[in-house]
Amino acid sequence: MDVKRRYVIPGDVIATGPLRPEHNVYQDGDRIIATSVGISEIYENVVRVIPLTGTYVPKTNDLIIGKVIGTSPLSWEFDINSPFMGFLPAQDVFGRDYSPTKDELRQRLDIGDLVAARIANFDRSRDPLLTVQDRDLGKMESGQLVEISPSKVPRLIGKRGSMIQTIEMATKAMITIGQNGWIVISCEVPDGLLKAIEAIKMVDALAHTPNLTERVKSMLGVPAGEYNDTIND
Amino acid sequence: MTQLMTEDGIRCDGRRVDELRDISLKVGVLKKANGSAYIEFGKNKIIAGVFGPRDVHPKHMANQDTGILRCRYHMSPFSVTERKNPAPSRREIEISKVIKEALQPAVILKDFPRTVIDVFVEVLQADGGSRCAALDAAAVALADAGIPMRDLVSACAAGKVADRIVLDVNNEEDQEGQADMPVALMPNVGKITLMQLDGILTPEEYKTCLHTAIGGCKRVYEIQRKALMEKYFQNGEQ
Repeated sequence: MDVKRRYVIPGDVIATGPLRPEHNVYQDGDRIIATSVGISEIYENVVRVIPLTGTYVPKTNDLIIGKVIGTSPLSWEFDINSPFMGFLPAQDVFGRDYSPTKDELRQRLDIGDLVAARIANFDRSRDPLLTVQDRDLGKMESGQLVEISPSKVPRLIGKRGSMIQTIEMATKAMITIGQNGWIVISCEVPDGLLKAIEAIKMVDALAHTPNLTERVKSMLGVPAGEYNDTIND
Repeated sequence: MTQLMTEDGIRCDGRRVDELRDISLKVGVLKKANGSAYIEFGKNKIIAGVFGPRDVHPKHMANQDTGILRCRYHMSPFSVTERKNPAPSRREIEISKVIKEALQPAVILKDFPRTVIDVFVEVLQADGGSRCAALDAAAVALADAGIPMRDLVSACAAGKVADRIVLDVNNEEDQEGQADMPVALMPNVGKITLMQLDGILTPEEYKTCLHTAIGGCKRVYEIQRKALMEKYFQNGEQ
């Protein structure tokens, strides 16, 4: 089905009629109004705005990258580039028989360590709960941290991962993208690392422009493919 | 006393009665703030920075159910002819409060419990109607920070000078005129979020004055809109 897109700012009426409001919009009578700067989408009966700015709001099941900023007897505290602090309970790493007297939290994860984690639970009444109980989660042993605006993460991933695959293939780098806008790149070749950082910064700066995958490809020196992506894939 | 208006309705700075001063607005001027804006509203030069949502300090101010909004309006010592003491004056505390209350209905804070959104407004040069200009910049800075908002807030003053209702009162007219009415409006929602009146108006004058001010707000809104579009979409509407 055709998707209608428009550039909107807060207060713009996107549509009127029996439609379902989703992210970054609110309903006033039968009008659906944008609440943030971004690109509006009307898809089937759903209206939403893809924001171009704003902080990261945790969502259950998001993969994020956090930085240890402190410990309490039973948990680690994480900076997750969000208004809220992330909590990782000690049991999640040590298992059920964790005892604060016998185990030392800082031996596993010390302050300043970067950790790939998943949001286990977040309901706005308490700070988000993290977990590292999954494949590929846990401490990031090596790599370079790059920060981009969290609202541009979907653009960096691309349609079914097209953008990130393009960058990974062209630079031979391993890229872990956190939904919170923190990205860890590890690469054997220093040149590839620099190229990957440059490509990610480019996506961050030009996220709202069409045909971005093609532009990134030409920047990385990859022959143009048959893809033609649209403004927000 | 200076002459505020000529016989044929030209004001002391050469404007007609229904004319705004020149306004230029730039979004995203501060790198370290989450959102920012710089406005030149006639001779007013005002910068606004928005931080947050972030942790509340002092902690007792935090609200478990919703985020809170804080606002600081401050005039630089060099913003006026005589040095202004940088300590917050009675007037600045009042303006901080009215700006906060004018922005409050527009921002949606329920998604950010236990956090604060700080709005800092610094007046670099003041020339009458600075609270309206500050509000215009603050609203745009909030949108730039990506804070969910029901609508932008546009503000503009109207007043009574030399027995006539005029739009966008400047410093001289504010000092020596008969009335000054700052108004802030959410243009799409169509609700007024700030209305003050300093001076005496008859009921008819009051009505025309309010309508003049609302007309001004709508023109300011177009400028705010253009500034945001320019930053985020470069070439405006697609």
